[in-house]
Amino acid sequence: MRHPAEVVAPSRIRHLPDVIRFTNVAKRYASGTGPALEGITFHIARNEFAFLTGHSGAGKSTILKLMYAEERPSSGDVRTLGFRIPSIRPDEIPRLRRRLGVVFQDFRLLTDRTAAENIAFALEVTGAREDVIPQRVARVLEQVGLAGKADAFPRELSGGEQQRVAIARALVNDPAVLLADEPTGNLDERATRGVYQLLRDINDAGTVVLMATHNLELVRASGKRILELRDGTLVFDSAADQGGEP
Amino acid sequence: MKLVWREALLSFSRTRTLSVLSVTTIAFALFVTGLFGLVALNLRGAINRIEERVEIVAFVLRGTPSQGLAVAMEDIAAFPEVLSVRYVTEEDALAQAKQDLVEFRDAYEDLQINPLPPSIELRLRPGFRDAAHVGEVAERLRGFPFVEDVRYGRDWVERLDALRTLAGLVGGAIGLAFALVSVVIIGVTIRITVLQRAREISIMRLVGATDWFIRGPFLLEGALKGLLGGVLAYLLCLAVYAGFKAQGLGLGIGLEFFRPIHSLAFLAFGTLLGLAGSLVSVGRHLRKV
Ligand SMILES: Nc1ncnc2c1ncn2[C@@H]1O[C@H](COP(=O)(O)OP(=O)(O)OP(=O)(O)O)[C@@H](O)[C@H]1O
Ligand SMILES: [Mg+2]
Repeated sequence: MRHPAEVVAPSRIRHLPDVIRFTNVAKRYASGTGPALEGITFHIARNEFAFLTGHSGAGKSTILKLMYAEERPSSGDVRTLGFRIPSIRPDEIPRLRRRLGVVFQDFRLLTDRTAAENIAFALEVTGAREDVIPQRVARVLEQVGLAGKADAFPRELSGGEQQRVAIARALVNDPAVLLADEPTGNLDERATRGVYQLLRDINDAGTVVLMATHNLELVRASGKRILELRDGTLVFDSAADQGGEP
Repeated sequence: MKLVWREALLSFSRTRTLSVLSVTTIAFALFVTGLFGLVALNLRGAINRIEERVEIVAFVLRGTPSQGLAVAMEDIAAFPEVLSVRYVTEEDALAQAKQDLVEFRDAYEDLQINPLPPSIELRLRPGFRDAAHVGEVAERLRGFPFVEDVRYGRDWVERLDALRTLAGLVGGAIGLAFALVSVVIIGVTIRITVLQRAREISIMRLVGATDWFIRGPFLLEGALKGLLGGVLAYLLCLAVYAGFKAQGLGLGIGLEFFRPIHSLAFLAFGTLLGLAGSLVSVGRHLRKV
């Protein structure tokens, strides 16, 4: 260690280089035949934007699930924002989840609540103070460009707009990381570009964004970091020096 | 807290038919339990009234000096079990017999000598009117030299004991059975609600709601259903009680209804059942969502 013992705690925080770190991770599902992931090693640093690509069933969603502790690795280590996922306690999971946002292909909005209510829900259930909720909801709606649609129900919104509501909900707790699993999978090209631009803006504002996608066109044109999976192993990392492959 | 209420009520109204059904079933189960409670209560009242008549009679040898007798009676009155002691002279005994046994009045009229000995009559304090205590006191009385014989309705007292035990056991068993039924019913309805709200729950999880926060509305919902069922059951019991009373089926003894403390316990019991049912169910089913 470069620092004397008495400054270990603060220095660890200050020098923590990566937000997410996978070390030789394998994942076997109880009901699965083969391993869903094997020998996965990579890390994601602050302010990074990375794509996770690979064929269907390659293990993209599994990697994201490990990050937000929906699943635990069968072996190896996963660290997210300093939490050790293999040994995370059930009561720590909510604390981890409040520090990251997750969005999905199918939006996962509550259909009987308006856009604003869907977002407010995320604050309410995490025990936010009632009086700050309206402002924060308004701020994220503004941020995703839906200030005028606060009172619309999901069925009254386009797919792209619904995904923006989902992103707003993910952002409302000011997460350090935004995980997006195929966020544009149900969107047309125009909406896809819009959502991608939004994610880039979010990344520019300092949030780490990790996006799993099939959209190779988007990925190639982006110039962002690419992690490619094939059959549960990491076969390509455009930031080669940080890659996990041999 | 406000949110917990809102979510609980929301889920209540979303599954209205189911909620009404479960509250009704719980009300019915608690109603049956309550009826048995009422029967037990009134039975206990009746037993108490009968017990008040539990009496030990010690027949005294004729010719016992009254001075020694008076001292002994003071000793007897000082027994911790004894409520009151009364000396009954031969004449009193005969007069009492004539009054009580109308059928034999004529037979007694013809008597030349009094066949009835003088006696000491004892009443015991409440709590000592069971077979064991009565027998013990009787045994102690037999130890007095002037006591010729001691009588008390032995099998009568023993039967009262048995009745008391039986009433307690039957009441307890039936109460327990119906309480279990209520727990299961609440458990099932909560399970359905959990499954119905799987989507909401998974979103709550995703955004970092704690387990207790997720459980809160379900527990509240269960407790409310239990309480509501309890109130309904209470009203039904009250109606049945009023019906019996109006019909004059009090048999002149005067029927009893729950005292305020019983009523509170009854409602608390319903609420607890609801809470228990949802606690068990939510714990098990949330994991699967
Ligand atoms: N809950 C589960 N139980 C058993 N096997 C699973 C489970 N989830 C995923 N798998 C398996 O793990 C492998 C990786 O799945 P994963 O969902 O991570 O793939 P993916 O790359 O996200 O695919 P897609 O692009 O279709 O979403 C697949 O073979 C899948 O069948
Ligand atoms: Mg997937």
